[in-house]
Amino acid sequence: MTKAPLVSLRNISKSFSNGVRVLDDYTLDIHTGETLTLLGPSGCGKSTVLRLIEGLIQPSAGEIIWRDANIKNNLGAVFQEPTLLPWANVFDNVYLPLRLLGTPRVKARQNVEEALANVGLSDFAFALPRELSGGMKMRCAIARALVTKPTIILLDEPFAALDEVTRFRLNDDLLQLKKLLSSTIIFVTHSVFESAFLSTRIIVMSKTGGRIIDEINIEPTIGRDENFRLSPLFQEISRRATMSLKRSLDQNINLTSSDPQ
Amino acid sequence: MNARLISQKTLKDATVPVVFFILALSAWQATVQLNHIPPYILPAPTVIFYKLIEDRALLFSSLLITLSVTLKALILATLCGAGLALILSQSRLLERALLPFAIILQVTPIIAIAPLLLVYLDASKAVLVCAFLVAFFPILSNTSLGLASVDLRLQELFELYKASAWQKLVYLRIPAALPYFLTGLRIGGGLSLIGAIVAELAAGASGQGTGLAFRIVEAGFRLDVPRMFAALTLISMSGLSIYGLLALLTHYLLHRWHESARRDHRD
Repeated sequence: MTKAPLVSLRNISKSFSNGVRVLDDYTLDIHTGETLTLLGPSGCGKSTVLRLIEGLIQPSAGEIIWRDANIKNNLGAVFQEPTLLPWANVFDNVYLPLRLLGTPRVKARQNVEEALANVGLSDFAFALPRELSGGMKMRCAIARALVTKPTIILLDEPFAALDEVTRFRLNDDLLQLKKLLSSTIIFVTHSVFESAFLSTRIIVMSKTGGRIIDEINIEPTIGRDENFRLSPLFQEISRRATMSLKRSLDQNINLTSSDPQ
Repeated sequence: MNARLISQKTLKDATVPVVFFILALSAWQATVQLNHIPPYILPAPTVIFYKLIEDRALLFSSLLITLSVTLKALILATLCGAGLALILSQSRLLERALLPFAIILQVTPIIAIAPLLLVYLDASKAVLVCAFLVAFFPILSNTSLGLASVDLRLQELFELYKASAWQKLVYLRIPAALPYFLTGLRIGGGLSLIGAIVAELAAGASGQGTGLAFRIVEAGFRLDVPRMFAALTLISMSGLSIYGLLALLTHYLLHRWHESARRDHRD
């Protein structure tokens, strides 16, 4: 029997106070262990989906069903900006989620040091955020999201502001971390290549209304390395995602779901 | 930038105003001496300096009184201003109810309140209350602004981890408000001295008080202009010292992470 989804968004609609309806009758299941990418143009509602899952905003209609309440209470999140406490050093920034959960510093030390080691920041534990590069700040934010060992990690265009080389490196690191922690990842991006490289499933969203234009499934067992980036499969996924993205920009298209790969 | 370059820059920064200050004093001295201006019209800087030495017992005891009032008022204003800002930040209703009172106190000139206070309180308490009132509002308004200006994404991060109101206050809002609070403190520090002087002037006019402002009024009655300038010099130096000490405190608390305390190192 197939296991129930970790979280299900059922017929979600979301309107904001300015009258804009970002999501309309949106349904999405997130399954254990997948790396799900929400791909779409700016303003299509992909970040809204993340914020709904994070519980930062409430749906106007519809419901969010969790397989287990513990999953809901232990989410890891990385925002578009590193969003670090500027007055706290790297260790204290990573320790923050555990501190808020009431874990004493002594008990949390091992977890924090482990998270820092996982993102390669062990030597910078006492550095302040302003002393870090953009990529290192983002690593710190990732370590903070991992420190509670969450079941689901939500990443909202975390690498958008970084240069291409740093971005590639962080993509590799993210996949390594996923393997290490066996977490489920929900990733928001508007980069076709990033989505093709990281995902086991890509959801392409329409420009308005948050409708699902395309759903591309990618075999999870395929190795994600430099060879994959150069492979015909990668190019095929990128091509299909690009075409779907182009369709999503067309407001007059006939919205029909296409077949998964 | 290495330490040597920074120290050279600091030296250069300090030298320019000192040189101009010495030039201005020299010009003043020369103007008075060359034009034979009598000291009861405009005393030369050297005359003021000798007056400071000559009347040191009287002037410095008055200075201590003024500084004591200023310091007490600043401590009270800090406790009440920051405390009230914290309370107001927890409740919109309280903010709406209490903030107008604070604004009324701020916009009413202290010189108009001082005589009233002298009716209800003894002179020393009235001076203290005046100094407190003028220092209180900048600390309250700046701290309130800081507590309300926390990065929205950081607030959401705390929401995500289900932080309690206390945790948000201690780990987020207070540290985020610190630069704003310190700005309020620097303004309040200067204003508490002004408040104390204004109240002393009002008290002095009614024949009470022994602070520096009273010495100015007293010297004015006697046409002892050099003593007026000597007292004024002490007041200016006190203001500069208060500002300098608070700027140092700000630098100590913020220079590692906040841009406002780091801008001097940019160029």
